Amino acid sequence: MIPAEFSYRRASTVDEALALLAEHGEDAKLLAGGHSLLPLMKLRFAAPEVVVDIASLDELKFVRLDGDEVVIGALSRYHDLHGDPVLAEHAPLVAHASGAVGDPQVRHRGTLGGSLVHADSAADLPAVILASDGVLVARGPAGERRIPAAEFFLGPFTTPLEPDELLTEVRLPSQAGLGWGFEKFTRRNIDWAIVGVAVVGRSVGLINLGGTPLRAAATEKALADGASADEAAALAAEDTSPPDEPHASAEYRRHLARVLTRRALLAAGIA
Amino acid sequence: MRVSIEVNGRTTAGEVPDRTLLVHYLRDTVGLTGTNIGCDTTSCGACTVLLDGESVKSCTVLAAQADGHEVTTVEGLAGDGGELHPVQRAFREQHGLQCGFCTPGMMMASVSLLKENPRPSRREVREALEGNLCRCTGYHNIVSAVVEASGQEVDR
Repeated sequence: MIPAEFSYRRASTVDEALALLAEHGEDAKLLAGGHSLLPLMKLRFAAPEVVVDIASLDELKFVRLDGDEVVIGALSRYHDLHGDPVLAEHAPLVAHASGAVGDPQVRHRGTLGGSLVHADSAADLPAVILASDGVLVARGPAGERRIPAAEFFLGPFTTPLEPDELLTEVRLPSQAGLGWGFEKFTRRNIDWAIVGVAVVGRSVGLINLGGTPLRAAATEKALADGASADEAAALAAEDTSPPDEPHASAEYRRHLARVLTRRALLAAGIA
Repeated sequence: MRVSIEVNGRTTAGEVPDRTLLVHYLRDTVGLTGTNIGCDTTSCGACTVLLDGESVKSCTVLAAQADGHEVTTVEGLAGDGGELHPVQRAFREQHGLQCGFCTPGMMMASVSLLKENPRPSRREVREALEGNLCRCTGYHNIVSAVVEASGQEVDR
């Protein structure tokens, strides 16, 4: 399978990438690690006329502390995040989940920013960043704007980013000392989650329980009201509309959400 | 577009369509057919090569993305005099292959694994090769081969 024809451009700075986006508008797509976009292009689900390769923008590859916030460059690869010492202390859920995406080859290429802007509700990191109260920072012709993760995932593969905007970094409150848990149920290890659950502190993110990554609002409210892990986990699938597919029905996914939420809460130290 | 990629220590170059996948560049432009095309969907790992020393699936990388970078294929493992790479030797010794189709990708993924984790346990080997499928299901000996290549005793 070969993508439809396109014109390849390589940007060497963020400004250059923005200029190329401004020039080509909706005909252009940014290419980071390419592990969401290239498969779509090979299947001809996406056929941009111009592909702007931003993988060499080293200015977007970093993890640093900024006061009480962890700041992650959008082009940080899963492989780098998994072994990052700052994340190990301040966002261990992000480090762990990054090591659980795909396989080593995928983690050598795929980036956090790429996963977030692709906005696949079956992907791991969108729900992790949502549960982490992350804020996404985008740059465009009008300058920079900050979008809370809760307002970023609008629908399947849909975000508020404009065609001329580029995600530059993700900011999270430090999670140092907070309990966390991550549970993912797959057929094979390298598959997308049938269902996944990310817990940090008392926040619960759900993977593949609907068209977007979700927070388990009923579970979180129950925990705030003093419910046990068992009681709170029983509410994990409330108000969700999971995909109903031959290999995994909606009801099966709701069941998994309850089971995995309980496990993740226990792992996070919530009894 | 014109791409130039250092493949197995040798500079290669070619005029290719922008949409050319790295695996096609390696096989068709450079003429190195050791890298197999399996699933073509980033799943099976048969097309695994090293890009700047790290394992990647070359069906999901554009040749253009590798322009100016270094690629190692299975042909680049053996020494100049033809002596086998420790991973190749171990795959032979432990019979880490059956039909052989997954073997180039398995070996490249193993080289990448051993670079990141020089003394992996059997479990760690299994996890690190999760992106490489063997349709013969000959995984057991493949794991043994990687353990042997790491210089550890093979404990079956």
